Amino acid sequence: MFVPFFLTLRKAGVPASLREYLTLLEAMRAGVAGYDVEHFYYLARSALVKDERNLDKFDRVFAHCFKGLEGSIEALFADIPAEWLKKLAEKTLTDEEKKLVESLGGWDKLMETLKQRLAEQQKRHQGGSKWIGTAGTSPFGAYGYNPEGIRIGQDEGRQGRAVKVWDKREFKNLDDDVEIGTRNIKVALRRLRRFARHGAATELDLPDTIRATAHNGGMLDIKMVAERRNTVKVLLFLDVGGSMAQHVRACEELFTAARTEFKHLEYFYFHNCLYESVWRDNRRRHAERIPTWQVMHTYGTDYRVVMVGDASMSPYEIVQPGGSVEHWNEEAGIVWMQRLLHTYPKAAWLNPMPEKHWGYTSSIEMMEKIMGGRMFPLTLAGLDGAMRELGR
Amino acid sequence: MRFKGTDDYVATDDLMVAVNAAITLERPLLIKGEPGTGKTVLATEVAKSIGAPLIEWHIKSTTKAQHGLYEYDAVARLRDSQLGDARVHDIRNYILRGKLWQAFESEKRPVLLIDEIDKADIEFPNDLLQELDRMEFYVHETRETISARERPIVIISSNNEKELPDAFLRRCFFHYIRFPDEETMARIVEVHFPGIKKALVREALGVFFETREVPGLRKKPSTSELLDWLKLLVAEDMTPEDLRNRDTKNSLPPLYGALLKSEQDVHQLERLAFLARRDQRGG
Repeated sequence: MFVPFFLTLRKAGVPASLREYLTLLEAMRAGVAGYDVEHFYYLARSALVKDERNLDKFDRVFAHCFKGLEGSIEALFADIPAEWLKKLAEKTLTDEEKKLVESLGGWDKLMETLKQRLAEQQKRHQGGSKWIGTAGTSPFGAYGYNPEGIRIGQDEGRQGRAVKVWDKREFKNLDDDVEIGTRNIKVALRRLRRFARHGAATELDLPDTIRATAHNGGMLDIKMVAERRNTVKVLLFLDVGGSMAQHVRACEELFTAARTEFKHLEYFYFHNCLYESVWRDNRRRHAERIPTWQVMHTYGTDYRVVMVGDASMSPYEIVQPGGSVEHWNEEAGIVWMQRLLHTYPKAAWLNPMPEKHWGYTSSIEMMEKIMGGRMFPLTLAGLDGAMRELGR
Repeated sequence: MRFKGTDDYVATDDLMVAVNAAITLERPLLIKGEPGTGKTVLATEVAKSIGAPLIEWHIKSTTKAQHGLYEYDAVARLRDSQLGDARVHDIRNYILRGKLWQAFESEKRPVLLIDEIDKADIEFPNDLLQELDRMEFYVHETRETISARERPIVIISSNNEKELPDAFLRRCFFHYIRFPDEETMARIVEVHFPGIKKALVREALGVFFETREVPGLRKKPSTSELLDWLKLLVAEDMTPEDLRNRDTKNSLPPLYGALLKSEQDVHQLERLAFLARRDQRGG
């Protein structure tokens, strides 16, 4: 009987599995929820949702499936930016205004108009009486007053009306605000682990103990060694700005994962191609630059270099002195790239552009040639390949 | 065996349903939530409420799944063999039982808390899948299988530092402890400070939620900070008026050290209060 609910949940993007659904049924049979619909809601949420980012989706689907909420499901899932609905002010209406608002048509008409407005509207809106936003008298939006209104993104019934728990949608702000999928990236990055023993001797070295004991004529001679630690050292160069804007998310995920996975990680930013200086803080990119020479002299040649960028630029930016779009560069990008690769033989380039498009941009081909073919797409498979290359 | 909250712990309806589902179906319960919302305390209270022994396993970054099962102390055995100790002939003497083994052995159905599972290595939850699913494991040294007499009630807390594997999540019930609203918070305060002056609590909660709203705080004050702060307020014999009159002469709430734990946050609050006062004077 809950199958449609389960399927809608999956359609809405909540990754509930069959096993979890069966758990829910089992719990129902065991009488955990009793006959209380609110308890059923809590139980279903606990059994089917395993990530707080999905709680809001769950609430929406639950409301749709069990309240028989009229109107189409598209309207429920229309992606309304939360900033429109941020609670900023509440308007007190005069009786006159209230009457005016009531004059709008019935439920069906409201839903229809909502869909229309959603399609038309581009910006955040507050007040006024037509657009979706907060504290207005339009039938759509929250914190305003319209007896026939549809509430979008409101915590509680402001005008004192009863609201069901799932309609409160308290988990709205947890939806999608943290990085997703870094786990897979971390697992891929593990390939690069290099273990070495250093620090205090805290572990028993069994083979050496046996050898020493035998040597001692049977009297025990315990040998200890230091614990194994991940000693891989990584220099991460990230391309920022311009055409990289659309790949920010993928790069952030990679960066977050790398930060926790590698103990020795140094990161720098560059734009389009590597030149004579890089920077560490994007807000102060013009004020605080680090000469690339200094980077190459500071970090030993045992560091592995990972470049992240789409390598999509004008070919002049690579081969021509003064070709940079941002400043006058005395030496061409290719010279700096070659210096870097000369200093750090173990290097790889991760490109967030899909691999099939690489052939259409000549700068990508040039960069791939400079890297000696060590350019990999920023996908899990590509990451795996890059780490294998670096780990060699 | 049903959990209904205790005298010292305010459990919301949804939390109780989740705990009871985990108890009835004998599945682990994964608890997440803002720091200081009572994730760890929950296990203590569940144990107290149903009268079960509590076994706590605190996870550190170096903890391995094997530590929860057992450890074989080869060095001690080697040393004993040198000294001619009779214990050396039985390998059992050198097997140290982990928390999971202790829980499996318990006569009465215990509550096992695996605290801050996200602190451990990323593979840690995967290594415990079988053990938590079947509630049994195999000891290689003695060639025996240890299985639970009574399936323990497993409560796992996580601070979201690492993502947990899907296979692990599928086997758990999940509950996210939401930050309590003002009404629940008032109940929590009442439980911890019975008979505290209503007016003081109202003012204090006002200040507390206001502070939480301050944008850009590194660590928002949570329930445990509020309780500490109230304890101080009571000890210092503060009156509701002291709290109310603060914006005229002093921008920070009295004894703010209990609420704000970092210097940056104190500065941020001072700065905002300064701006607010300037705006008031100007307009």
